[in-house]
Amino acid sequence: MHTSTIKKSFTASIPILAGYIALGMGFGILLRNAGYGLPWAFLMSLVIYGGTIQYVGVSLIAGPASIISTILTSLMINARQLFYAISMITLYKDAGKFKPYLVLSVTDETYSLLSNGKTPEGVDPHEYRFWVCLFCQCYWIIGGLLGNGLGNVLPFSTQGISYSMTALFVASLTEQWISTKNHVPALTGIISTLACLLLFGPEKFLIPSMIVITFVLTVLRGPMEHREHLTYDSEATQDTAAESAAVESTSCAEDKVKTAADSEKLQAIVDGMPQENSSATDAGKMLYDNASDVMREEAVK
Amino acid sequence: MSYTFILILIMALITIALRALPFLIFTKDRKTPAYIIYLGKVLPQAVIGMLVIYCLKDISPRVAPFGLPEILAAAAVALLQVWRRNAVLSILGGTAIYMVLVQVVF
Repeated sequence: MHTSTIKKSFTASIPILAGYIALGMGFGILLRNAGYGLPWAFLMSLVIYGGTIQYVGVSLIAGPASIISTILTSLMINARQLFYAISMITLYKDAGKFKPYLVLSVTDETYSLLSNGKTPEGVDPHEYRFWVCLFCQCYWIIGGLLGNGLGNVLPFSTQGISYSMTALFVASLTEQWISTKNHVPALTGIISTLACLLLFGPEKFLIPSMIVITFVLTVLRGPMEHREHLTYDSEATQDTAAESAAVESTSCAEDKVKTAADSEKLQAIVDGMPQENSSATDAGKMLYDNASDVMREEAVK
Repeated sequence: MSYTFILILIMALITIALRALPFLIFTKDRKTPAYIIYLGKVLPQAVIGMLVIYCLKDISPRVAPFGLPEILAAAAVALLQVWRRNAVLSILGGTAIYMVLVQVVF
């Protein structure tokens, strides 16, 4: 343990502090309104550590939902974790004893903060990232406890506070748009998701969206790499993302820094849900009702 | 073991499994394919776009309040970000605007 490392990682995690406290409070309040107290808030934020899944989770445990529904809902909501983890493989390769916790604490926010691979001078990058992730989860747990314990005694109504998740994503998207020249990935994400939303409806569109996005980005890989003068040489050393960043042109490297900064803001909100209380409960119920329907249809076939 | 505890455990285990899976498949003994590295660079931006739509998925433009609180607050977030380039300000400001719209205006 090195104090300077801890200090630097704390500083880096401050942008996440506000977002996670707000989002965490929204979750804590939701949980309290469903009849569950501080120990439950602590448990969920400790072992699950995911914004959206915890928000929906309140509806699931309040239902209570069936085990199958819970499994399906968790899979659908957290499928995007696969995307993040894939991006972090290179970064975390040599993280040694820090690796297990680093892997388990990948959220949208920590991903934003860390995915560009840049770490301050004079610190062990793996230890640095470990502390950043640890601080972030602490903020999340504290937010949940605050909301759960104090939410109902605040002098103002907290209705709508879970919008902080939406706000995070919009802020991130905006910042990325301003600072990158290549809008293709962002546009791919938006258009593919909109199309799938219209085709599949709000309950089932997430997984098709991810499939379409991956497909489109794969197809566009040639033109984009050519355009950006990027090479993804699998023979080159892949020890750190910083090294692979060195292969890119300078503008792309700058884009990555800005993208990471924006992503952290976005990721802070990623986990929460935009709706509160009864809306979240309805949304959660719709999700697992839908999962039950899917199960029944499959059983009939 | 209460049923609630079991459901929470399920959510936790699935989340853990999804986070760990790519690391188990792509071990350090094998070189990570260039395709995976490419995805690692472009997916994040696409996912952020996807998440914005995901957050707004339940608004009904045909029914009052026509999704206006969400859309207006989102516009406020974007404008704040363009103006100040400060994420915390944009997020908290936009959230506050949404809360006011939802509690007082609509």
